[in-house]
Amino acid sequence: MTRTAVEVVGLVKHYGGFAAVDGIDFDIAEGETFALLGPNGAGKSTTIEILEGYRDRTAGEVRVLGVDPRRGGLDWKARLGIVLQSTGESGLVTVREQIAHFAGLYPHARDVDEVIAAVGLQGRERVQIRRLSGGQRRRVDVALGIVGRPALLFLDEPTTGFDPEARRQFWDLIRGLKAEGTTILLTTHYLDEAAQLADRGGVIAGGRLVALGAIDALGGRDSRVPIVRWREGGAIREERTDRPAELVAAVARRFADAGGEPDELEVIRPTLEDVYLDLIDAHDQSTRPATADVATSGSETPA
Amino acid sequence: MTTTTPTLPWVTPLPAGRSIRIGIARIGVEVTAYFRQVDTVFFTFLFPVLMLAIFSTAFSSQDFGPPDQAISAAAYYLPAMLAAGVLLSGVQNLGVDIAMERSDGTLKRYGGTPMPIVSYFIGKLGQVFVTASLQAAVIIGVASLVFGVALPTTAEAWGTFAWVFVLGVTTSAVLGIAISGLPRSGRSATAVIIPIALVLQFISGVYLSFSLLPTWLQTVANVFPLRWMASGMRAAFLPESFEVLEPDEHWQLTTGILVLGAWLVVGLVVARLTFRWIRKDG
Repeated sequence: MTRTAVEVVGLVKHYGGFAAVDGIDFDIAEGETFALLGPNGAGKSTTIEILEGYRDRTAGEVRVLGVDPRRGGLDWKARLGIVLQSTGESGLVTVREQIAHFAGLYPHARDVDEVIAAVGLQGRERVQIRRLSGGQRRRVDVALGIVGRPALLFLDEPTTGFDPEARRQFWDLIRGLKAEGTTILLTTHYLDEAAQLADRGGVIAGGRLVALGAIDALGGRDSRVPIVRWREGGAIREERTDRPAELVAAVARRFADAGGEPDELEVIRPTLEDVYLDLIDAHDQSTRPATADVATSGSETPA
Repeated sequence: MTTTTPTLPWVTPLPAGRSIRIGIARIGVEVTAYFRQVDTVFFTFLFPVLMLAIFSTAFSSQDFGPPDQAISAAAYYLPAMLAAGVLLSGVQNLGVDIAMERSDGTLKRYGGTPMPIVSYFIGKLGQVFVTASLQAAVIIGVASLVFGVALPTTAEAWGTFAWVFVLGVTTSAVLGIAISGLPRSGRSATAVIIPIALVLQFISGVYLSFSLLPTWLQTVANVFPLRWMASGMRAAFLPESFEVLEPDEHWQLTTGILVLGAWLVVGLVVARLTFRWIRKDG
């Protein structure tokens, strides 16, 4: 039987008169990797910090590993792994000292050397954290998040500052954690990362979920219909079709009859990033007329 | 169809006694980090040593105390600098340190782990004990070896030093934790806390002889712990004949214990009730 690791019902968070989170519902099943996507200021971090127990909510019901985060004790925190957005800690301890110290906080911690190897910091163990590069510091953050063998891992923009190779390594690490049954809540600005790692996802904009579902079905079927694009008569032409090969053949035949070849012909399968940008764009379009008048006052929210 | 594989509960009780074990581990982390930070080593750790050297050199031609019993400037300022060191290691160092850790995200990270707050306090208290003890040893060593100050020879005097030191360090450390919530940001921490420590040092008989202060200022200083740490240290290190220079011509050690004890209890209660890993903004 699969349990629900995270349950969020009608979550609302107000700062003064501003609704940072404005009624959000979603579940994360045990063992699932869930990506929370959205532009900066959309309410992602507020939502994730409420789930982590850092912030109180204004309204709604939240259960994380069966516990209301407002009442989560140390035993509850022992089952979480939290990778916050990057911080500016003084970093006066070495990589190994820090990871070993955090391992000592958890009852069933992972082996320190295994964790160091898993995040690719071998050879840097004895370096003080303040002397690491941004990407290496981020690896330490990830190491501290996983060293306690969490049942639920929060990853808030974990790969910021990683080079492409480090991101691939990180993806492998996350796949390994998934294979062990770890439930993961991920936020990221890299849509390919979400597409690679997540099973399900939600897109948040203006404090509301504008899409929720399997990561490869977000935005609905229509948004994923392939696009055939080519140049004709000096202009770019675009057509969406479920049968792109047929269309390409037809276009090619038409050009061939005239003794030519279509320029810049391509078949585009919308990526998660394309779907995401369409969703955010649609949200902006729909809210602009309603909020245009109050946009400058900042403190009011549309009724 | 339901499978009956028993699923392990997500949240299980943590083993007992881990607060102390983690607290001891934290002392190691805290002391290591302390000595790797050059500016704290200089401004908190070596500052009283530096002040002792300056006073001892600047006033080297003057004598202190009753005319027939006069002692050197170094001997006179030794107990004062020991008391100042205890205050700096506790209140100033911890007050600024914890405010910084709150604003740079260190405490937010701890708050997301199963680290008990008590363990964090033990780590800070241990750091202050280790650093203040080393500092006191350096101050006494410099006074004796460099400036030729004659150290006490009686067990009673060293006993007085021991309890004033232990009670003073504990109270200072606890007050440092309690005061760390006062600055709104790490950047403002030094601006808020250093003046408090500085004013206390001037009115409590550290830089200026306590007997020279007007009575009303002495009365103000009597409320605060540093005045009693300073007079306790004087009782341990100055000749008996100096007792007549004290208010009421008496060291008033019992009053000192009571005032320091009261600040310790108040500090503990305030620290435990007000300490938060992060500021929740609503």
